[in-house]
Amino acid sequence: MHAPVKIALPSRSLAGLKPDLRRGDEIAAELPLRIQISRLNFFYGAKQALRNVHLKIAGNRVTALIGPSGCGKSTLIRTLNRMYETIRDARAEGQILLDDQDVLSLDVTDLRRRVGMVFQKPNPFPKSIFDNVAYGLRVNGCKGSLREAVEHSLHRAALWEEVKDQLHKSAYELSGGQQQRLCIARALAVNPEVLLLDEPCSALDPISTAKIEELLFHLKQTCTIVIVTHNMQQAARVSDFTAFLLNGELVEFSPTSQLFTTPTDPRTEAYITGRFG
Amino acid sequence: MAMERAGSGRGPRSRSLVRRLRSGDEIAHLVTFLFAGSILLIVGLLLNELWVNSALARHKFGWSFFFTRVWDPVFEQFGALPFIFGTLVTSALALLIAIPVGLGAAIFLAELAPPRISDALAFLLDLLAAVPSVIYGLIGIFTVVPLLREYVEPFLKATLGFLPLFQGPVYGVGFLAAGVVLAVMIVPFIISVSREVLLAVPREQREAALALGATRWEATWKAVVPFARAGIFGSIFLALARALGETMAVTMVIGNAPQIAASLFAPGYSIAAVIANEFTEATGDLYLHALIELGLVLFLLTFVLNGLARLLILLTARRGGAHA
Amino acid sequence: MSFRRRWRKSVNAVMLSVTGISALVAVSVLFFILGYLVWHGARALNWDFFTKLPKPVGETGGGMANAIVGSAKLLLLASLVGVPVGLLGGVYLAEFGGRTVSFAVRYATDLLNGVPSIVIGIFAYTMIVLRTRHFSTIAGGLALGVMMIPIAVRSTEEFLRGVPHELREGAMALGASKWKTIATVVAPAAYRGILTAVLLALARVAGETAPLLFTAFSNRFWSPGWNQPTASLPVMIFTYAIAPYEDWHQQAWAAGLVLLGLVLATNLIARAVLSRGVSMQRS
Repeated sequence: MHAPVKIALPSRSLAGLKPDLRRGDEIAAELPLRIQISRLNFFYGAKQALRNVHLKIAGNRVTALIGPSGCGKSTLIRTLNRMYETIRDARAEGQILLDDQDVLSLDVTDLRRRVGMVFQKPNPFPKSIFDNVAYGLRVNGCKGSLREAVEHSLHRAALWEEVKDQLHKSAYELSGGQQQRLCIARALAVNPEVLLLDEPCSALDPISTAKIEELLFHLKQTCTIVIVTHNMQQAARVSDFTAFLLNGELVEFSPTSQLFTTPTDPRTEAYITGRFG
Repeated sequence: MAMERAGSGRGPRSRSLVRRLRSGDEIAHLVTFLFAGSILLIVGLLLNELWVNSALARHKFGWSFFFTRVWDPVFEQFGALPFIFGTLVTSALALLIAIPVGLGAAIFLAELAPPRISDALAFLLDLLAAVPSVIYGLIGIFTVVPLLREYVEPFLKATLGFLPLFQGPVYGVGFLAAGVVLAVMIVPFIISVSREVLLAVPREQREAALALGATRWEATWKAVVPFARAGIFGSIFLALARALGETMAVTMVIGNAPQIAASLFAPGYSIAAVIANEFTEATGDLYLHALIELGLVLFLLTFVLNGLARLLILLTARRGGAHA
Repeated sequence: MSFRRRWRKSVNAVMLSVTGISALVAVSVLFFILGYLVWHGARALNWDFFTKLPKPVGETGGGMANAIVGSAKLLLLASLVGVPVGLLGGVYLAEFGGRTVSFAVRYATDLLNGVPSIVIGIFAYTMIVLRTRHFSTIAGGLALGVMMIPIAVRSTEEFLRGVPHELREGAMALGASKWKTIATVVAPAAYRGILTAVLLALARVAGETAPLLFTAFSNRFWSPGWNQPTASLPVMIFTYAIAPYEDWHQQAWAAGLVLLGLVLATNLIARAVLSRGVSMQRS
């Protein structure tokens, strides 16, 4: 798909860490951990989509999941907030710990409040901008000033300046990029500890994409971020850690700088140099 | 140490049943299920009521109910044959008139007309299908019946009078009038369903024919229509089911005479019409049960036809989908 | 060869024109009906029609005020039966249903949709009139309500299913439970479609005559409450049309015009509601 390109490594992402060959797990393990996935297997009916995945996701960092289509990266991100449960016959086996609590047995409503998600296509509700952002607060019965919370979330999603005078307009009147930032604001309104982004920029133009990538740098100060992307340059630009998946297996997990410069697995190298997918 | 979890799809659901109850999911499920189930209940009740309340007639007359032509409330002799005859004749007549017109119009809308005109006409036909049947009856009484009596039937008698179909006195009301009004009523149904199935025919089918040098008509008639054949039959069955069950328009123009006549000019009766006319006058239980048994017959007839129609339409849709 | 070619070309031209004429004929019926009703009905239509009771045979004038109110009452009852069952049943099919139950419910719905209206009338008769021993508005309302159910169920299901999956995911990802997702996001997104369906269902049963003949029956006077027989527009049209009095025929035309006007207007409004909804979703 993508022509092999020289990847400019983000200087900000892991400054100070000298490139070494330690695997991502070990480095991530030294940071405060947010999510620990172990022995995760996932099935759609009889078809296995994830095989024995182990992954540690560091707090206040951006972890990117990359790999060719159908490799299981979207499935993996959807196990973190159990969004897969809307699909008939889908089941996960193994363990996912979110701050030492088992994600697979938590109350799903609580879990999804703590783990927010932004989807591939902007999916604002057919309501006003304000009501979109307030939605999560309302369903979760949050107390306090809705207006303040909405304003705060829109600020965090860098959308406030653009929409502050039209909060009661339909969300459908926004541009695609604005809609996606609105969806981010909506997810942020309930103060999630983890924010999952499933190819959030695949439907957006380059300028909107840049805005969202920019946004992620600020957000990781308050959130743990997991992003699925099919765009390797994007993973390289925004993430601190990158996991490469292939056919449902986690092939390699390293600090982003290492994965793109000195991959340890030949399959990773083949992928990042554009030899498949 | 590490907790092994198997099969999470069901697991958390039972574990957090209380929470789910509180969050309303189970309640919503239950409430909607009750309402959905009430539809099953209604259909069950409907069948049961028809069956139970026709018991007297079913026991007394058995199968001979369908082959007896006497309908005599005074002596409590009830035979359904004239009504079945009338229903079948008028419906057949209606199809005979409606199929060519309906199919022709559907072909025009699906194959020839530019999309905007096609959509506009389809919209008007939808409106036509929404016209209440009592209005068709009203117009039928005051336009179709006099027209038939004054012009059409004398003309047919003069030209085709050697056929038994077009003999006998001219009343205006009768099988022919009912057939014509029914035809007008079912044409929109044939058009709208046939148009849909024709539009679902894969483009390659007609392009293949056109590429071989077929004219537009040949491509349509020899490639597209055969492909959609099952669905077109479906639309016809659907229309037939509606014609069989149609009450008001037929009651108003068929003449309401329980007789079996060879002539299309003669007044007749249909199942639905006799129910409509005599139900409130049915004094004896047997009389009422005989009428309800007629309702049961009508129900079963339309049930079978609708089932067949849906099957055929589904078949065409599958075929189109498989090729697309 | 060239003869054959010309022959094929002329067949082509003739048959294509025939299809066009068929379409024209089919559509012109609508304008014929409309024109005829307006021509005859408008002359008989006056203020009395809407405000006065029917006059006894032999006297001219009078109106159908009781039938208009009766129709409105019947439609209200029909909605009370048809709308909740239709909407919630549709929600069940679209959102909750398991395979077996859903199949059974869909099958029953299709079956009900195909039942001739006169048979529905028999059902309401045996269920209510036979048991209470008298005709009533309630029996008529039940019959019409049952007729509304199939349209409401299937279109509710269809429109709910048409709501993009991403919207549900968006709500659920924020921790909304399933029914909250349905109530706050899915149903509002589909409401125009559902409203359209309900309006179309109402328009359909508003003109139904056969199921009312022996349930709501008729009434020459005002029908107090819900437990008495009541007049209704369609039944009045029927009775007046087949009666031998010229004055009644005039009234039937007027009633026909009013009924058709209401039915077609409801249809137009319903479609306008839907198309506005669609254009909003697109933008």
